[in-house]
Amino acid sequence: MSIKVEQLTKIYGTQKAVDGISFEIPSGQIVGFLGPNGAGKSTTMKILTGYLNATSGKAFVNGLGVEEHGIAVRKQIGYLPENNPQYLDMYVMEYLNFVANVYHLPNIAKRVDEMIDMTGLAPERNKKIGQLSKGYRQRIGLAQAMIHNPNVLILDEPTSGLDPNQLVDIRRLIVEIGKEKTVILSTHIMQEVQAMCDRAIIINQGKIVADDTIGILTSKDKKRLVIEVEFVESVTKEKLLSVQGVNEASQTKGNHWKLITDKNEDMRVRLFEFAKNNNYTLIKMQQQEQSMEDVFKQLTGK
Amino acid sequence: MYSILKKEVAHFFSSLTGYLSIGVFLLLTGLILWIFPGDNNILDYGYSSLESFFFMAPILFLILIPAVTMRSFSEEKNLGTLELLMTKPLRDIDIILGKFFAALLLVMFSILPTFIYFWSVSQLGAQEGNIDSGGVWGSYLGLFFLAASFTAIGIFASSLSTNQIVSFILSILMSVFFFWAFDMLGAFPLFQGGIDYFVQQIGMNAHYISISKGVVDSRDVIYFMSIIIVFVVATKTVLESRKW
Repeated sequence: MSIKVEQLTKIYGTQKAVDGISFEIPSGQIVGFLGPNGAGKSTTMKILTGYLNATSGKAFVNGLGVEEHGIAVRKQIGYLPENNPQYLDMYVMEYLNFVANVYHLPNIAKRVDEMIDMTGLAPERNKKIGQLSKGYRQRIGLAQAMIHNPNVLILDEPTSGLDPNQLVDIRRLIVEIGKEKTVILSTHIMQEVQAMCDRAIIINQGKIVADDTIGILTSKDKKRLVIEVEFVESVTKEKLLSVQGVNEASQTKGNHWKLITDKNEDMRVRLFEFAKNNNYTLIKMQQQEQSMEDVFKQLTGK
Repeated sequence: MYSILKKEVAHFFSSLTGYLSIGVFLLLTGLILWIFPGDNNILDYGYSSLESFFFMAPILFLILIPAVTMRSFSEEKNLGTLELLMTKPLRDIDIILGKFFAALLLVMFSILPTFIYFWSVSQLGAQEGNIDSGGVWGSYLGLFFLAASFTAIGIFASSLSTNQIVSFILSILMSVFFFWAFDMLGAFPLFQGGIDYFVQQIGMNAHYISISKGVVDSRDVIYFMSIIIVFVVATKTVLESRKW
């Protein structure tokens, strides 16, 4: 197990930020750490990196206790803190040299060049960090986290504030890295989890509310189904509700309807029959897959 | 520790901080000792002594050292880079000592050129070289310890606040307190008859004057070392308080 957390609890004053969470992450997995703001994601990550101590419970990285073996653990993890703090008056090369120096890396110049190539920083290598755009700063954040080739990466919102192009680049980079390393990353963007992660841990108010592979999470809801239909004619709500299995019907626009139905039978056949029997012209029918977004809302909504 | 020291020194000399503080120190001491007429002018005074330099240097350090140390932790806290440093394989004490020695090194760079004053005065003696060398070397040692203590206090003050101005003012207040306050307190009639001596011994000035005489008393050295250690440990405690 690369990361193991047992009954971790962190209390700030009277507020329980993390409330007895446990999970294990085997090596080579990319795990999305999800939750609303203030759910305890960052706190958990800070405990894993040894920046904060847990009130109770234990955290292990590669089998080493985070509190007892602080220095040894920190050598094995790369960490990108939330908001990606950086020395804005340092030059890119100067900063990476400094970080490499902190890790006592042999052959620093070569390693810094490798990181610059890997993260695509080459065009900006001689600039001050403060002059760079957010996307490039994020790359520097990743470069400093990976410069010592750690086998565990902890990334706190690595893609926040990036434009769509930068987003794609950074995601590709993380997936690339995740082939060999264990990555745990937090994010608010659900498509991102679907795109990058093997598994998602959803936490809400300090507790784990779901911990499964993306596939299982998105097919978990067995009770209901969302079907979108469109007719040429106008149809009343009562008529639609009279179809067996349709529980809710809401008009989205024009003759567009969003139906929430039972899942156990194939509703599409019934809806087609319904249209045929009433002489309606059915021009669209689409069964929606449940997205991570829906899962997230169900599990963490109030 | 070494990597932090290197980063800090590089910062001093890539920003204006380093040149400015060394420059201001040398400019002011140079002007007052050699150019401006008055009691502190060595040439006017006519005695082969650096006393006015060793009187003035602590006062300048009381302002300049807090100015150098105020950003050390305040800025890191403010930018969030402290979290970055503390999640690297560095012990808290490595970070503190790295910053402490970097600031002290800068102070040393401002003291070193003043050896020229020493050399000049000794050349100007009625007989060449006629100067109380023991006293001067003692005074330099005292000044070094004093600067190191101010630096430790400054680093500590900086760890208390995310605002550099607050750190700066706090650091001046604490330095002034430890430097002079006990001398002043000792002068109260309340402490007459022997107690005043012990009150004054708590402050730095008494030990600075004692070392300046050219006799290095182990009590003075231990005193300054204790002050430095107390403030370094206090800084460590402040940094660890994030975990409470």
